[in-house]
Amino acid sequence: MSNPPRVAPSPSSVAQAAHGELGFWRTYVFTTDHKTIAKQYLSLGLFMAFVGGYLAYVMRWQLAFPDTSIPGFGFVGPETYNALVTNHGTIMVFFVAMPILLGAFGNFLIPLMIGARDMAFPRLNMLSFWILAVSALLILISFFVPAGGASAGWTGYAPLSARAEYTGVNWGINLWLFAHALEFSSFLIGGVNFLTTAITMRAPGMTFSRLPLVIWQLLTASVIFLLSVGPLIAAAVMLLMDRLLGTSFFVPEGGGDPLLWEHLFWFFGHPEVYVILLPGLGAVLEVLAVFSRKPIFGYRWIIYSTLATGVLSFLVWAHHMFISGMDPRLVMPFSIATILISVPLSLIIFSMILTLWKGSIRLATPMLWALGFIAMFILGGLTGIVNGSAALDIQIHGTHFVVAHFHYTLLSVVIFGGFTGLYFWFPKMFGRMMNEPLGKLHFLLTLLFFNLTFFPMHAVGLAGMPRRIANPLQYEFLKAVQPLNVQITISAIGLIIAQLPFLINFAWSIMAGRKAESNPWEAATLEWTAPSPPPHGNWGEAIPTVYRGPYEYSPPGVREDYLPQDRALAAGSAKERR
Amino acid sequence: MFLNWLPENISTYGGEIDSLFRLIYYITLAWFIVTMGAMLGFVLLFRRRDGQRAAYITGEKLSQVAWLIVPTVLVLGLDLWIDFRGGDAWAKARLHVPPSELQVQVTGKQFNWEILYPGPDGQFGTADDLQIDNELHVAVNKVVGVTLKSKDVIHSLFLPSLRLQQNAVPGRKFHVWFQATKTGVFEIPCAELCGFGHSGMVGHLTVHTAEEYDKWAKEQWPAATGEAIPR
Amino acid sequence: MTVVFEQSTPALRGKIAIWWVIASEVMIFGGAVGSYIMARAASPGWSAEAAHLSTFMAAINTFVLLTSSMTMAMAFASYQKGDQRGVRRFLLLTILLGLAFLGIKAYEYTSHIMEGAVPWSGSFWSFYYMLTGLHALHVLAGAIVNFILFLAAGRGLSTGYRIEIAGLYWHFVDIVWIFLFPLLYLSY
Repeated sequence: MSNPPRVAPSPSSVAQAAHGELGFWRTYVFTTDHKTIAKQYLSLGLFMAFVGGYLAYVMRWQLAFPDTSIPGFGFVGPETYNALVTNHGTIMVFFVAMPILLGAFGNFLIPLMIGARDMAFPRLNMLSFWILAVSALLILISFFVPAGGASAGWTGYAPLSARAEYTGVNWGINLWLFAHALEFSSFLIGGVNFLTTAITMRAPGMTFSRLPLVIWQLLTASVIFLLSVGPLIAAAVMLLMDRLLGTSFFVPEGGGDPLLWEHLFWFFGHPEVYVILLPGLGAVLEVLAVFSRKPIFGYRWIIYSTLATGVLSFLVWAHHMFISGMDPRLVMPFSIATILISVPLSLIIFSMILTLWKGSIRLATPMLWALGFIAMFILGGLTGIVNGSAALDIQIHGTHFVVAHFHYTLLSVVIFGGFTGLYFWFPKMFGRMMNEPLGKLHFLLTLLFFNLTFFPMHAVGLAGMPRRIANPLQYEFLKAVQPLNVQITISAIGLIIAQLPFLINFAWSIMAGRKAESNPWEAATLEWTAPSPPPHGNWGEAIPTVYRGPYEYSPPGVREDYLPQDRALAAGSAKERR
Repeated sequence: MFLNWLPENISTYGGEIDSLFRLIYYITLAWFIVTMGAMLGFVLLFRRRDGQRAAYITGEKLSQVAWLIVPTVLVLGLDLWIDFRGGDAWAKARLHVPPSELQVQVTGKQFNWEILYPGPDGQFGTADDLQIDNELHVAVNKVVGVTLKSKDVIHSLFLPSLRLQQNAVPGRKFHVWFQATKTGVFEIPCAELCGFGHSGMVGHLTVHTAEEYDKWAKEQWPAATGEAIPR
Repeated sequence: MTVVFEQSTPALRGKIAIWWVIASEVMIFGGAVGSYIMARAASPGWSAEAAHLSTFMAAINTFVLLTSSMTMAMAFASYQKGDQRGVRRFLLLTILLGLAFLGIKAYEYTSHIMEGAVPWSGSFWSFYYMLTGLHALHVLAGAIVNFILFLAAGRGLSTGYRIEIAGLYWHFVDIVWIFLFPLLYLSY
């Protein structure tokens, strides 16, 4: 027995927009439409990826060919190198990964996948983007102030960061801290918006157990962020006071403790990597189901594992501090907890692989990226075991082994997970199809150069190359690995160039790609019931009503190979599962 | 093999650490092969074929979930094994500290390692204390106790061949130890960003034979009588 | 939890949103207070500095803030009864009490500074100014929001559910003070 579709009252902004009264500025710049805001986040993230990638290029050239003039930059002095490495990290984490995976994916997908017309607070949504834009501007400005940009690492350890005389950098670090304050505010507002929307604005029939997994991941990530960023906000206030007022929260000469900063930073810093991880994981899960034509294996178990990962992520922060000199009794508990966090994540990986079993697998571009994610993430996760074991951390802490580990885990999420989502939802976002051959080329080149860049980095780290050094040739014991450093640099340049097919594809497809129908992938979730791209308000008169879970692919007793979430079945037809 | 990139181990507890490396390496390699084999195998086996429909497997039934739970429990078991071995290695390297036969104080200061020797009287804070920047001299097979401090920012004393690393934090004093099993000269980089001179902040550890160490000590403290190290 | 579409009102959305805001604020103040407790536990001798604070002024401030929470609750009760003038009256009282709190804090700060106890005078003072300063900023923000609601009520508009949400925030700010007062003023 089917229910008649609900007619949802449209908010006034939607009605206005539908009449085309808004004009350029309100439509594209100061927009409250979640889909346009998502594209704004995407644009910001892609632009900052250029900046972050450029910084990486300069760093790697310097490492491979120290004290030569870097094409497109010039000579890199040691202070400059520290500013490059600091801002590369800060930009990639806060201005690329989070805007794309949370800002863009979260904003675009949450209303569409839960059956809402927009976010709970559209104007706050607009505000959150613009706060982030100002924050990004501050970071960019910080490069040009006297003494240059922040140079105490993206981790900003005190007392190096607490007194200007230790780095020689004054306003660079102050601006960096203000940028963080704004960026935290932006994502806090965004997180509140995400959670309120998903809790209160689901379409009729969309229970929590029928939510697509990417939404679960986005919500868990939002909760993790909301609950973990607080102590770092307090720490940033204290660090600003140390720098601007001469207090000594983190400076021992005045009675402070440098380790306090480390605890407060990493209490946030570790959950933060899961904030980044989970949405990417979610995108991959969606794609695996669609392109295997199978339900995700173990939907409930994935949710339990996601929640367990969220909780555990708060209990492992001091694995960044094994040799920091903290109380030695803390070491083994944190080491054990860290290694155990591999348990729920392993379950999710096994579930992904089992989803492929007896599927009908179509290797379209989004699926290639999803499979690439699984491979790269497994590699990164496995080296996490090495890092998490305190005794081994003695040897690899502060070396390029750690750098290799977190690039495998983070980049697998941001690049492979990010492109999985981008290629998959591009037709819905822009109303056009991307070019498949170019997409596959992009994937293959990225996979190749990504591994050529970061796999040898494990060796360099094991050999003992410390992080954040500007010239490996200053060390006798590193001369033997310099050929690896050169190879890494060349591959990194290859990785950057490998993104060209994507840029060409992206730009060309937006302008002249084949027009997309509403459901080009024959997917079951709600966003594919709206037009491509969806209008203001996402659906016309009626929002969908939900009758089943999100992964009813190849259901028995049905002729088609999928059942959309909003398709009512005639009376007496195949029994619904949930 | 990958672990060959590690510098040669010359530390008494280094063997324990290296064997933990090997354990984790083989376990993780095995998992990588199994999971990648499964993933690639499934992708090849279950490519879309005309007329063939995917199987509707949700993982709800117990017989299906078992395929998920059993490997996960196996991961848990291996994790716990690694944890226990790791605990042993950590204890050997950090917790069971044997009595020192040689003592030094190392203080990080932008951008040098200030190494303070107590001199023949074996006491710090006396007239025969001697500070030599960036040169750490010890004798082979003797337990060396290091008190690690910093005068300004956080540094990290890193001795890769000794499997030893420890942050030097201003306002704190940390004690670490090592016992070198081979002679030689080894570099001591700083492994924690400490400012613009972080790159290139490097000292040298010289591990002498007993006789060479005596000779070196005589050169530093010519007025001393008796043996440099109590035999 | 199945929230059917019709049940989703702006009031419900606002309440859920403010609770998440409060949760993150708890972590902010939790981090700040936790740092204070850890720092104080690690180094003795702070109580000597704490003795310089005026417990009397802080006790008055505690009373002021608690009363303001009561007037805020009464403003909400007036809204529920449709008593617009009651809403205005109690909102105004809440704002004035909040300003009184800030005024007393300003007086305290001034007298400390005159005695030479500035934020960089030592660890206790750094934490004191940081904690109370962060809290005072939150009081100010709340007072501004209340003022906006007061103006709206004055123009005959219903504040609507917003007064409940502002009230929840205001109570939270009050509760933070309930923690700060003994931790800073009473523990020596």
